[in-house]
Amino acid sequence: MEQIPQIPKEKFKLVHDENNAEQEKISTPSLTYMQDVRRRLFKNKVAVVCLTLLSLIVLISIFAPVIAPHNPNEQQVTLSNLPPKLGNLNIPGMNGYQNMGGKMVDAYKQAGAPKGTSFILGTDYLGRDLLSRIIYGTRLSLVVAVLATLVDLLIGVPYGIVSGWKGGKTDTFMQRIVEIVSSIPNLIVVILMMIVLKPGLTSIVIAIAITGWVTMARLVRAQTFQLKEQEYILAARTLGEPSMKIATKHLIPNLSSTIIIQTMFTIPNAIFFEAFLSFIGIGIPAPNASLGTLLSDGQKAFRFLPYQMWAPAIILSIIMIATNLLGDGLRDAFDPQSSDH
Amino acid sequence: MDKILEVKDLHVDFDTYNGTVHAIRGVNFHLNAGETLAIVGESGSGKSITVRSILQLLASNATIAKGEVLYHGDDLLQKSDKEMDKIRGNKISMIFQDPMTSLDPTMTIGKQVAEPLLIHNNVSKKDALKRAEEVLRLVGIPNPEARMNDYPHQFSGGQRQRIVIAIAIVDYPEILIADEPTTALDVTVQAQIIDLLRELQQKIGTSIIFITHDLGVVAGIADRVAVMYAGRFVEYGSVEDVFYNPQHPYTWGLLDSMPTLDTNENARLNSIPGTPPNLLDPPKGDAFAPRNAYAMQIDEEEQPPFFKVSKNHYAATWLLHPDAPKVTPPAAILNRYKKFEKLGGNAK
Amino acid sequence: MAKYILKRILYLFLTLFIIASITFFLMKLLPGTPFSNQNRMSADQLKIVKAQYGLDQSVGVQYVRYMVGLLHGNLGTSFQFNNEPVTALIGQRLAPSMQIGAQAMVLGTILGILLGAVAAIRKNTWVDTLATFISILGLSIPSFVLAVLLQFYLAYKWKIYPVALWDNFQSSILPTLALTALPLGTVARFMRTEMVDVMSSDYIELAKSKGNSNWKVVTKHALRNSLIPVVTIIGPMAVSVMTGSMVVENIFSIPGIGEQFVKSITTNDYPTIMGLTIFYSFLLIIVYLIVDILYGLIDPRIRLGNGGKE
Repeated sequence: MEQIPQIPKEKFKLVHDENNAEQEKISTPSLTYMQDVRRRLFKNKVAVVCLTLLSLIVLISIFAPVIAPHNPNEQQVTLSNLPPKLGNLNIPGMNGYQNMGGKMVDAYKQAGAPKGTSFILGTDYLGRDLLSRIIYGTRLSLVVAVLATLVDLLIGVPYGIVSGWKGGKTDTFMQRIVEIVSSIPNLIVVILMMIVLKPGLTSIVIAIAITGWVTMARLVRAQTFQLKEQEYILAARTLGEPSMKIATKHLIPNLSSTIIIQTMFTIPNAIFFEAFLSFIGIGIPAPNASLGTLLSDGQKAFRFLPYQMWAPAIILSIIMIATNLLGDGLRDAFDPQSSDH
Repeated sequence: MDKILEVKDLHVDFDTYNGTVHAIRGVNFHLNAGETLAIVGESGSGKSITVRSILQLLASNATIAKGEVLYHGDDLLQKSDKEMDKIRGNKISMIFQDPMTSLDPTMTIGKQVAEPLLIHNNVSKKDALKRAEEVLRLVGIPNPEARMNDYPHQFSGGQRQRIVIAIAIVDYPEILIADEPTTALDVTVQAQIIDLLRELQQKIGTSIIFITHDLGVVAGIADRVAVMYAGRFVEYGSVEDVFYNPQHPYTWGLLDSMPTLDTNENARLNSIPGTPPNLLDPPKGDAFAPRNAYAMQIDEEEQPPFFKVSKNHYAATWLLHPDAPKVTPPAAILNRYKKFEKLGGNAK
Repeated sequence: MAKYILKRILYLFLTLFIIASITFFLMKLLPGTPFSNQNRMSADQLKIVKAQYGLDQSVGVQYVRYMVGLLHGNLGTSFQFNNEPVTALIGQRLAPSMQIGAQAMVLGTILGILLGAVAAIRKNTWVDTLATFISILGLSIPSFVLAVLLQFYLAYKWKIYPVALWDNFQSSILPTLALTALPLGTVARFMRTEMVDVMSSDYIELAKSKGNSNWKVVTKHALRNSLIPVVTIIGPMAVSVMTGSMVVENIFSIPGIGEQFVKSITTNDYPTIMGLTIFYSFLLIIVYLIVDILYGLIDPRIRLGNGGKE
């Protein structure tokens, strides 16, 4: 360092100013918040896999009438309890053979099924095609989940916003109600509602939504409380913007992450409740299929024909796992600080 | 003077989402026994990372890519985690920035202060607690005997920082690293903490590395000052050298943005335009060049070496090259040069 | 603290009163009684039976009677099950439910804490991924699916445990396992988040800078601080274990209150449904209360006032 390096003299010209303009430029391209969220979400492999799986399941449910190979409620008593068979492929477990008294027997031939008949997932005790029932059952379960979540949003979000925004006595009163509703075990409320109402889709949705909105309302209220004190909201209030406009223009967009994430946890919850109610026999009435009724039917025959329960159990678990993981992924994407990167 | 600590050519990289950040890019310095070295720079310049590297208390995505940290000639970077545990809190200890979050909220302060003693010395719990009580008195906690079983949330911010300091000095460390110990405190409390550190240094004879972004604090405590920018030191020397005979344009900028007693009440404080460079892709030349009104072409092309200004005073700027044009520093800096000459120095 | 507990107990009674009222009127909304479809009964007989249960009086009188009964700890008389008082029914069936419920909570919490802690310490490694996967499975697979699978493979096929029997500890293992998955998953996830947070806090760095070994940093500082908030999820966990127990008890034929509840639903035994609803709510509110008090006791920030926030 004591040595002074030899540098061509012309390099020592002052170059100031021309750089300063460049200095103010921001070097990385700026992203909007939503673009940033999307970028983070799509970088998360697990979330992408879950999103793909769920999209696939939703698509199959939407196009169930086109995709399902049979009418899900069509009974062919002679063809009851047939094992899975995939065309004429001879794959063990998928070839229509069944263990009867220690010997593998072609169950299709025994039942006198016309040549070429095959049920990919087999049939149930009334000879209904299990695959078609699962496709329709998933569809029904998803409908329950989506409707319950919608009602959840429609009650929970406005309730939370009003409670958080008004504050004071209104808030105290509204929170007392929330406290009482949430101190009753929600399953019991759901069961009570199911006993009072006639079994069916609407009843299940009402029963689930009647307790489900509480969590959403709580989260939205807490968030609104914080947002209310933010400068830009204060500014809007000072400028005399009407409350309704502030709610739609400033509050809802900033609440969106909380709402979306909570929704992702409401969906598996609703699916679970439907399955639970149908499983104990007060959910979706026969002959309609839902994941819960399929599980319930499958359980009865599980000892001898385990495939009848495995298939709906796996689909149910996949939906639950995927929504939970996607919820995690969304939370990390919306709030990078909550993740570990 | 004894060099008890010497850092040589330290490089620290961070793996991030967007790539590798070269946060520390070749830092050299040493610490003499009994002295206080202040490292000054704006946030993100790498002060904290530099000192945390000494104790290897870096985040999990950080790697020390290159360099040596010689403690009494022994390279700490070669030591195992177990060997480092014997040095941390014993030979070298650290004071953190935020006293509100630095203490374990669920452990009594007596136990927290006594902990280093129990780890490093073969003492009974009773003796350790007794010693902890003495140290708490030493750092100015009133009635320590009555407060040993209190929890951190029962103390004010200033008191908590005193407790953090008590933890750091309880085992008489040779080196005390203070990482912005006053930043989170009120101005009046700041002065008290600085006084306390100075007093303690005299009582227990420890050396201090003091990190701050506040030049005002430096003059009160440091013997030597190093100015850091974008992962490198740009100038270092005695407090007088750096304050009254600064050579690097970045040091000029820092001093120019600090009010002094002479600052005219109508005068505007100057700020340094622009932002620090992106260390994902560090500039080839002087990192300060884009914000430097005195930048030359060479600044963009080549890293300036350290030029000797006087004994123990060095600055890394091409302006000190014999071929460089003579530039006039800002008025406030010229005032400082005048003062330096009054002090008997020989300003440039 | 005493004042706080007193206030909470007051709320407890208010909540119970509201729940009891809602349940009562909901049940009154129901068309008919369990006897209305029993054709064998003549009109006269029906009248006698109705009088016997007090169903011939106005709803108002019935309500007051029921509430007064509640005050005396009387939950009414079952329509089915040999006309036993509901309290007696609950009394007989409480022990098995409590046993498997408590076993599942304790096992799930301990395993969940371990799993969550290990995941947090080995953050972003395969250990973490595996632990996360296990906890997601625990959270996602309904306990009744798990119960059926366990019963089929461990009991029916491999004959390790009894299929459906209630006599000794062995027979409680499978239902406990089926119920453990959910608390395990919940606690593990919660614990991991808490501990990752704690591990990146300043006081952990300070603990490290004191010369604590990694192991000591975890055991002396990180674990305790991350465990305290785990207490708060015991309440919701108790709810989910209770939910699960209703079907799990059914699947394993355990004579517990969950099985009783489901049976009462299918037989329209309204007094039992009402009684069990109130009992369940009471149980949960008590759990929530205990958890809150416990939390206050173990967290010095709350125990010693100042609200805990700086």
